[in-house]
Amino acid sequence: MQIKNWKNWFDEAGDMSRFAGRFFSQWFRPRYEVAEFFRQCFIIGYKSLPLVGLTGFIMGLVLTMQLRPSLIDYGVESQLPAMVGIAIVREIGPVIAALIFAGKIGSSIGAELGSMKVTEQIDAMEVSGTNPFKYLVVTRVLATTLMLPVLVMLGDAISLYGSYLGVNIRGVTSFQLFWTQVFDNLSFSDVLPAFIKSFFFGFAVGVVGCYKGYNSRKGTEGVGRSANSAVVLSSILIFIIDLIAVQVTDIFELN
Amino acid sequence: METAFIIPVKPVATGTKKEEVIRIQGLYKSFGTNQVLIDFNLQLFAGENVVVLGKSGSGKSVLIKCIIGLLQPDQGLVQVFGKNIPDLSHEELDKIRMKVGFLFQSNALYDSMTVKENLEFPLRRHSIRMEQQEVDELVLNALDDVGLAHTINLMPAELSGGMRKRIALARTLILRPDIILYDEPTTGLDPITGKEIIELMVDIQKKYKSSSLIISHDMNCVRMAADRVVMLIDGKCYVQGSYDELKRSADPRVKEYFE
Repeated sequence: MQIKNWKNWFDEAGDMSRFAGRFFSQWFRPRYEVAEFFRQCFIIGYKSLPLVGLTGFIMGLVLTMQLRPSLIDYGVESQLPAMVGIAIVREIGPVIAALIFAGKIGSSIGAELGSMKVTEQIDAMEVSGTNPFKYLVVTRVLATTLMLPVLVMLGDAISLYGSYLGVNIRGVTSFQLFWTQVFDNLSFSDVLPAFIKSFFFGFAVGVVGCYKGYNSRKGTEGVGRSANSAVVLSSILIFIIDLIAVQVTDIFELN
Repeated sequence: METAFIIPVKPVATGTKKEEVIRIQGLYKSFGTNQVLIDFNLQLFAGENVVVLGKSGSGKSVLIKCIIGLLQPDQGLVQVFGKNIPDLSHEELDKIRMKVGFLFQSNALYDSMTVKENLEFPLRRHSIRMEQQEVDELVLNALDDVGLAHTINLMPAELSGGMRKRIALARTLILRPDIILYDEPTTGLDPITGKEIIELMVDIQKKYKSSSLIISHDMNCVRMAADRVVMLIDGKCYVQGSYDELKRSADPRVKEYFE
């Protein structure tokens, strides 16, 4: 990579950090955009549930069916619900939900704010006595930060249900036995780090989507580029946060 | 080299002097190394229609955005109702913006809102306490002013370019501003629709006795709407006067607009 590219990369990283800092400096100050926040929660959370649920269901089912032969080979087929449960709750559930979320919500925020930027709607808001950063950015970042953990929990539940169906394709396990096996093997230290990191995933998706859209340039071409780069960058950040999270949980011996 | 044909703003006799609503003095604005406005001066008086005429990229939109506080000037005075815009706090700026309407070049209608919600937006956001009935009445009056009351529940995407411009104008009018800033009001419209929009602007100015600052490069707009024309060339107020005065100018840089 050339020096100029590195410089641009650091410039953008600095800009994005300032953008995130601006979010923290503004989110608790009045005027509070409560109605817009709830509207965004509905759009970002409720409307993403079918997609997160479907992918979670498929992941649970497929993971179970693919693990089964290996566990049979080792003679621990009975541990299938426990193993799938831990894998889904600790890693697969949060990461898959976050990646789906980045694809759906990150791109839509990037495109929406980008299009508002190039058609002067953001300027029009400012002229109409509105702080556009609070109205557009703070509400969306808060909504993504708070809605993703909820989606992760619901996605995990749906995914485990998919796993239950997967277990019953080749065998017979009662609903009660399946859930008992899953929860008996899950501890607080499995659930808490996964839950906490999903807040960070949501924050990353929100900040990157808003940053890319809010700083969109070059007309409609820029809008497409904002949406695209919002997905790419937030997906990479999800993996980086996941890497950091696993190190932190290791330090605190939560693994 | 031919000197510019400068027509100063006529001094008005004491007692009949009109209120100065906008005063710009020594305005400089640059973007990087690109100096857009250089020692630009302008006055707008109450009830007056001034058109700022200039080529694309000459800095007309930058000027209007400095007036409304969307851009910070590098140097100079930008006074609106006697208050220097760059010195104002957010709250003070919002109070000024309630008295200044801005019609954006791209209309800037909110895509996710209906026409009604678009018009209600400035009323709700400027913390004006109103009953829903009063809000509805203002929305309907503004839509009646632009002849589009029937579009109240439509989305912006369902409207034609001319209709969108009219709705944007209705949104600009809803707070009954004392000054209306128009950024290229006829750009992107066919000549007939453009003429209708200019007529509408003139009618509105007569009805509400507001002052208008119109940014344009459309000579029809200049001819029909301008009490005074300010030509923005090389970042400066190159010449100003009435349409007829400028039309008679021998200066080649002025003449090229009228040919």
